[in-house]
Amino acid sequence: MMSQTDETPAVAKRRDNNMAESNNQSAETKLSDVHKRIKAAFETFDNAANNTVDVREIGTIIYSLGCFPSQADLHDFIAEVEEDHSGYIHLDRFLPAMTKVLLEHKFPPIPKDLLLQAFEVLDKDNKGYLEPEELTKYMTQEGEPFTQEEMEEMLTGLADHERNVIYYKDVINQLAIDPDM
Amino acid sequence: MGCGMGKSELQAALLIQRWYRQYVARLEMRRRCTWNIFQSIEYAGEQDQIKLYNFFGFLMDHFTPARNLISHIFRENEICRDIEWERYFCYKSIEVPESYTGPHLTFPMTFCGVSKLMEAFKHKQQLHARYVLQILGETWRLLRILPNINYVSVCHNQEITICGDLHGHLEDLLLIFYKNGLPSSEKPYVFNGDFVDRGKNSLEILLILFGFLLVYPNDVHLNRGNHEDHIVNLRYGFTKEILGKYRVHGKKILKLLQKIFSWLPLATVIDHKVLIVHGGISDMTDLNVIERVDRHRVREACWLGLITILSNVRILTSYDWFDGLVNSTDISIQIVDLLWSDPMPQNGCIPNEVRGGGCYWGPDVTEEVLERHNLQLLIRSHECKQDGYEFCHNRRVLTIFSASNYYEVGSNRGAYIRMGPDLVPHFIQYQASRTCRELTLTQSVGWTERSALRALREQLFVHKSDLISAFQEFDPNNTGMISLRHWASATETVLNLGLPWRMLRPQLVNSTKYGMVDYQQWIRELSITEPKLEISDTSILETMYKNHSNLETIFRIIDTDHSGSISFEEFRQTWKLLSSHLQTEISDEAIADLAQSIDFNKDGSIDINEFMEAFRLVDLSDVYFYLCSKFRPLVTLLHEGT
Repeated sequence: MMSQTDETPAVAKRRDNNMAESNNQSAETKLSDVHKRIKAAFETFDNAANNTVDVREIGTIIYSLGCFPSQADLHDFIAEVEEDHSGYIHLDRFLPAMTKVLLEHKFPPIPKDLLLQAFEVLDKDNKGYLEPEELTKYMTQEGEPFTQEEMEEMLTGLADHERNVIYYKDVINQLAIDPDM
Repeated sequence: MGCGMGKSELQAALLIQRWYRQYVARLEMRRRCTWNIFQSIEYAGEQDQIKLYNFFGFLMDHFTPARNLISHIFRENEICRDIEWERYFCYKSIEVPESYTGPHLTFPMTFCGVSKLMEAFKHKQQLHARYVLQILGETWRLLRILPNINYVSVCHNQEITICGDLHGHLEDLLLIFYKNGLPSSEKPYVFNGDFVDRGKNSLEILLILFGFLLVYPNDVHLNRGNHEDHIVNLRYGFTKEILGKYRVHGKKILKLLQKIFSWLPLATVIDHKVLIVHGGISDMTDLNVIERVDRHRVREACWLGLITILSNVRILTSYDWFDGLVNSTDISIQIVDLLWSDPMPQNGCIPNEVRGGGCYWGPDVTEEVLERHNLQLLIRSHECKQDGYEFCHNRRVLTIFSASNYYEVGSNRGAYIRMGPDLVPHFIQYQASRTCRELTLTQSVGWTERSALRALREQLFVHKSDLISAFQEFDPNNTGMISLRHWASATETVLNLGLPWRMLRPQLVNSTKYGMVDYQQWIRELSITEPKLEISDTSILETMYKNHSNLETIFRIIDTDHSGSISFEEFRQTWKLLSSHLQTEISDEAIADLAQSIDFNKDGSIDINEFMEAFRLVDLSDVYFYLCSKFRPLVTLLHEGT
């Protein structure tokens, strides 16, 4: 089985074919497909099969649909769709809101070159890699900071095993967007 | 915040954080899908089993030959008194040979004795059958004087430890003892059921728990789980484990365990405020009623379906073993609920159709039952949780699960609870095995995923013909292609696992063209090897695959003397039974054919283990992968040859 992160020519062709297909589809079919995708992702976390999910899972669902919201974006979205601080979100409210997000490309993916630039900004000495301490400093103190657990997982996942540094160019390529999303 | 960092660093950090969080979320989605796969296959298996038992009940009413066959399983000689059983279980005649290198035990049991036992098990030694029977005998005697519900209080300086399902995972129990300390009067423990099945060391866990129970009877509390049930054990591995480890005395050990399980207490209550029970509750739960019941007479809890059916047939009340069961149908239901139920988010109380026993209960039932009994918290187990524990119902229900890596290496952590006199639960989580702690999230998700997909492909494979029929309904012109939508719909109709097939599609189907599936090719690609049997009738083969768990369970029930083999005639009866249950036709000729081909020893009897081995499914793609990694040059050579 191919790893999710590589894209063989066959898979790329399939994706291109699907995209060509979707460009030729009518608006209704496209909408219906979007609805299906949203529902499928939602269902995965709908444990009791009653069209509600825990609000804490909404971020995961939105991300898995190929969107890249910031934490602030997520808070705003949740505020719109949550049922009076019940802790649950119902599909009836999620579906239209999420459809809008997808059709308007509200939280588009980050282009690779922009990502590379971001890493290069942090790599002050232009070494081509980041030390764990460097990355930790930025990730846990700047922007929308990581928790300690998130940081540990990131370091374990991204650091080169032998040299214990993060070769960000390689990492960016490895964690490429899933072609099937 | 910023420590003098500029705007561009801020933007860069924001971007990277956003990107990375998306990546982690995608992994989480995959992990959740994998989880759903395992869970739905697991519960479908349990449901399958309950259906089988309901079917036995139906047979008792309607099928006379089967009645003879099955009735001798039911008839328990309840008229035998305990004193006669004690004679049967006596260990004294069993000699321990000079050559035995395992631990020797002395009685009464002491702390040193249990420690010795634990050391021995750590070194993979096996306890001699004589000592096993001795410990079990003492345990049985103790359990008979314990009440149905243990009322426990936590003293001022103490904390009580509560553990959930262990399922034969000895490493987890040892890890808990290592982190938390061994049981003692200063360190009381509650073990909340499901000690056995699935893992390889169910007996070792039991012996250690029983050992501590014997040494500290006031400080170690065991609750019965739904797996402390010898019929469930037939299917989920414990019976096999015992018979494999103790060829001579296995059946005696199993019989004694059957009694012990029926005598395990049903619940523990701490300071009259915290209720601990394995499965959960229902709207019928009444602890006052449960306290007074003869718990050992309500034997296999999962025979509820049978009880319900039989209680309508007056003619069978002449069986004296039956009396106790019929009169207490309602109570039986209450006990089944305690051991099998699961919580749900919505209000109400509905039958638990996924498991086939117990119910789903909602937050309103929790409130009502807890209030009625003046309790503040319900602690239960029964469901595997990613982090080892989980609250629900406004933190009034707490699930605790102590078997880490339950579905697969890296699938979940285990946890246990420590609770002081303030009755506030504190959690300690862990994951056994050094290797999986070193796995990154990506790796452990990938590993577990592969395993789940393998299990899923097996399910797809055994339903081959049904799948093809379902696909063909969407393909009236016989083009060989159907849309993805139809593929997902047909697959769900056939397998009925409630899985999100569209999300799983990329993992399962390689051959799609413009959103269409070439289903014939896909079925062919589910490459799994055929068994080593030569049978002309392939439809019987498929039935076998689909029902091999049921088959094995029926075999083991029929093999009442636990010899590990059944006669041709019994084999034929089994098939007749099964085909009646499945409402399919299986000709006598086909059965005879099958029996001949699996009588490997040609001695007129069928070895159950050999039979199950013979058609155990092996995923060819795994074998290929393994070969490629080990013998690359050889494989290249072979390819060049073709």
